[in-house]
Order: sequence, then structure tokens, then C-alpha cells
Amino acid sequence: MSKKIKEKNVEIEYRKKLIKKRKPNRSVGGDIGLYIFLTVMAWLMVVPLIYQVNNAMKPLDELFKYPPRMIALNPTFDNFFDLFVTMGKSWVSFTRYLFNTLLVTILGTAGHLLIASMGAFVLAKYQFPGSQTFFKLVTVSMMFVAQVTMIPNYLILNGLNMIDTYWAIIIPAFASPTGFFLMKQFMEGLPSSLIEAAKIDGASEWRVFSKIVMPNVKPALMTMIIFSVQALWNNPASMYIYSEEKKTLVFAMSQIQGGGIARTGQAAAVAVVLMIVPIATFIISESQILETMASSGLKD
Amino acid sequence: MKEYFNKYITLRKHNAKVAWKKAKRSKMCYAFLAPYALIFFLFYVAPVVVSIFYGFTYYNVLESPRFLGPQNYISLILDDDIFLTSIKNTMLIAVITGPLGYIAAFLFAWLINELPRWIRSVAVIIFYVPSITGFACLAIFRDILFKGDAYGLINSWGMELGLIDTPILWLVNPQYMLPICMIAILWQSLGSGFLSFVAGLQGVDRSMYEAGYMDGIKNRWQELWFITLPSMKPMLMFGAVMSITGAFSQSQVLMQLCGFPSTDYAARTIVTHLYDYGFIRFEMGYASAIATVLFLMMILCNKAIQSLIGRVGT
Repeated sequence: MSKKIKEKNVEIEYRKKLIKKRKPNRSVGGDIGLYIFLTVMAWLMVVPLIYQVNNAMKPLDELFKYPPRMIALNPTFDNFFDLFVTMGKSWVSFTRYLFNTLLVTILGTAGHLLIASMGAFVLAKYQFPGSQTFFKLVTVSMMFVAQVTMIPNYLILNGLNMIDTYWAIIIPAFASPTGFFLMKQFMEGLPSSLIEAAKIDGASEWRVFSKIVMPNVKPALMTMIIFSVQALWNNPASMYIYSEEKKTLVFAMSQIQGGGIARTGQAAAVAVVLMIVPIATFIISESQILETMASSGLKD
Repeated sequence: MKEYFNKYITLRKHNAKVAWKKAKRSKMCYAFLAPYALIFFLFYVAPVVVSIFYGFTYYNVLESPRFLGPQNYISLILDDDIFLTSIKNTMLIAVITGPLGYIAAFLFAWLINELPRWIRSVAVIIFYVPSITGFACLAIFRDILFKGDAYGLINSWGMELGLIDTPILWLVNPQYMLPICMIAILWQSLGSGFLSFVAGLQGVDRSMYEAGYMDGIKNRWQELWFITLPSMKPMLMFGAVMSITGAFSQSQVLMQLCGFPSTDYAARTIVTHLYDYGFIRFEMGYASAIATVLFLMMILCNKAIQSLIGRVGT
């Protein structure tokens, strides 16, 4: 009997050592297969993007070449310069479009972060009459198609006198259900003991929220920023805003893109310009997600 | 009977009293939720209610709506052949790309999680970028790969290899439209579900794996099923909702690739049908009825999937 226990102990010791050495439960063959598979898939995913970027750098004679080449032979930035010349000639200046987009994106994202995480906090950590119903409503509303709500939305914005102001884009973005949902789900993972401890120490609700909950949900915050910036940056807002000097960059750009075959190079440049900001925000906040995740150390 | 009613009413009253007391005690909660709730009701709930109401009317934006009763729904199902095509297409796309995209998102997130840290962050970017920039890059599908003449890459490869004699009009021939669109949809469908999986996988408690190892979990598949999946149920739920919504509401990809309207309406989905009636014919009442049907389909599907995910890891 005691022999068996001894054997088991030896086995456990052996396994403990293995854990320290490398990840358990992994075979070398599996790891190699995984690397190959991921490389192939990553290549497939990224090819169209590389092609598009190269298209923007191709001079005119290469753009229409057959068979099409992935990489531009003589990369130039002519298309981008042409783009700025075209934009410069429009009667609303390029910087104004840029300003509009930046304003809408920054204000909308900031408000969304504050308002949605406040709501998500109480929904995740407290029970009160109506909380369940409200959350169900949010989940359901994520499923309604945006095209349908466009007309009723217009009528409501009109009633609030918000048509043709920046608020028509900014305010609805505050309540984007996707970010709210994600935040609430994430906050449920926070140990309640953390909040209780702070309360016993005499912190007010607002202090608990701003000093304890918010710093601990950085990954979710970053994810919300990604979604919000993406949606706002790409929002043409042509439905709710009709004065030209309040329109966003995307709208101005899509007009150029509609210019037909003569504008092929410029259209490719437009696509690249529009990609840059969402991708850049993603790259910046993604590294932070991983960082905060690794150092968050929230063990119950 | 009367006694029963009385009892019921007192019970209700009591419940309401308790709820009211609780509500009074949690004023702080309402204060926190109020800003969000207000905007949410204004811009997300009210429009849905309004559009359900319009579903029962004839409304062309210019005149005030005229009440029709269920007429819109009756003509949708009995008279509108294109709507039936669109339902078939939507179901096909949802059934094929929904689960595939969902599984792919999880698979990639899970595999990426095994990589060393810096490769992992590069890999996350690579896999997520198509869903950020998807629409800008759709041109490669339309103008390069599946172009209908001999200059399209797939056509020219096929002819060189002798698989086909004449170029195939990939995006005009109803036979090939849907599969090609599905490839494009899958390519850019990793999306937000993928991100939340990555975040969720990072959040799984390391000590759980060690404990599992001690308890005799032998390979990565067992680890996945018994430890990883159960501990990231919230993320799985979110991914499911996102992929259902995505799969049911596809319209941009189909409209950009196959044109609008497409040949024989072969690439028509419920959302493009809705777009047609709402923003081209301005029959908002009919469009709202279509939207309501779509909405009901999504909710039913969501219920089914939630109960499926509830069973994971048991």
C-alpha cells in the first residue's frame, strides 16, 4: 500500500519538474504542425492587404499590368500626392474634414468609455430590480440591423434638433451595445472581494469605480476603444449631416473613390489612408492588452 | 376563483413593494446606469419599437403611415418570391459561414495563445486586420482573383492547367456567386469574437492548467475541453452573438462582389432585400416587416446557440 503512494509521489514530483521546464501537455510534433499551419493561414489573411498597399504605390503603367504583380516594381508616392492635390481643390479643405473626423472619433470614444463602463459596473456587480431585464435588452439590441433603425433614428434625432450637428454621430455612439456588453462580461470576472474590501475601507461608490474597477479592466477598455474608433472613423454620416463643412473624411474620400477608372491609383491611396488609423489604434492598444493581461494578476 | 385572484393580487403587490424597497436602496446603481440607459433607449430601443410598428403600415416617408394590419407579412410570405430566395441565401450563408467563422476564430485565438509573446502580438494583428480593413480590400476578390474574363487570375490558372476551356463569369453566374461570397465573408469574419477569445484565453487562470496536469490531463485537446473552454464561457457567448449577427446581416460583401441587384437575385440576402425596399423603393413599411422577420430569426437562433454553449465542458 505504502509502496503505491510512494510511486505516486515520485510521479507527481516528476510532473512538477516538467511543468517548470516547459508547458505541459504539448508534443513537439504538434508544435511544429501548429507553426506551419499558422504561417500558411497568416499569409492567406494578409495577402489582400499587402496587395492593396502595393497598389497604392504603383505608377500608372503598373496598375493595369497583366498578370498583376503583388509588389510594386518602382514604388512611388505619386498617388498620395495626387490625392492631396484633388482634396486641396475641393472647397472644404482637407484639414477641415480631418478635424471633423478626429473630433467625432475622440469625443464619441471618450464618452462611450465613461458612460458604458459606469453602466456595466453596476450591472455586473450589483443586483437591483430591472438589472437582468436591462441586460437582456442590450444583448437583443446587438442583433438589430443598422439599416433598419436608420429612418426611425433620423426622426428621433430630428426631434432633438440634432440633425446636421456633430452630436448626431457622437451621442448614439455613446451607447453602442457591443462595447457595453463586452465590458459587463469582463467586469463579472473581477473578484467581488476586491470591491468589498475597498468598501470596508470606506471608499465611496464613485471611488470604487474610478480607483479600483477601472484600472483593473484595462484590457476590456482597450477593446472598447478599438471597436469605437473603428466604427466612428469609418462612419460616413451622410444620412444625418448634410452641410459639407461638417462631413467626415470617409465621406470625402469615398467621393474620390467613385471617380471611375481614371482615379484607380488615387482610390487605392484612399483605401490605404482610411486603413491607417484603425490599424494604428489597433496595434497600439493591442500591445497594451497583452501587457495588462500579463501583469493584471487577478487571482481570486 | 375570486379568492385566487385576490391572493394573486396581494402577492403581486407584495412583490412590487419588495422591488420598490430594493430599488430605493440601490439608488446609486440607477444613478450609474442612467446616462447609458437614457441614450440606449433613445437610439437603440425606440427605433426598434418604431420599426416594428411601421411593419404593420404602408409608409413611404413622404406621406404619414397608413395602417395595414398584417398585410405586409402576408405578402412577404405568399407573394414575394425574391424574399424566399433571400431567406434561402441568408440561411445558407448563416449555416455555413457562421459556425465556420466562429470555430476558426476560436481555433486561431487558441493556437496563437500557444506562441511566444512577441510572435503572438504580431499574429493577433495579422489575423484581425482583414476584419478592420475588409471592405477596402474586397477589390482583390472582384478585380483580380475572380474577374470574369481571361485576365482574372483563377480563370487564367484554370485555363493554363486545362481545367476549364473558357473563362467563367464567376460573379455573374448564379452558380458560383454564393460560394465566392462565402470565401470573402470567411476571410474577414474573425472580427470581434476573435479579439474577445484572445483576451479570454489570456485571462484563464494558469494554476488551473497545472492542477489539471496533476489530475492527469494528457494532451492539449483534453486541456481545451475540460479547462480552457469552461473557463471562458462569457467570451464564447459574446463571440456567438457577434457571429450570428454577422452571418445573418451580410450585405456589403454581396453587394460589392456581385453587384446590386445581382443576376437572378442569386446573391440576395434578407438585408439586401430590405435595403432594396427601404432605400431604393422607399417602402419603409414593407422594409420594416422584413427587418422584423430577420430580427425574430436572429433571436431564435441566438436562444438555440446559448443553450448549446451552456453545455460546453460537461
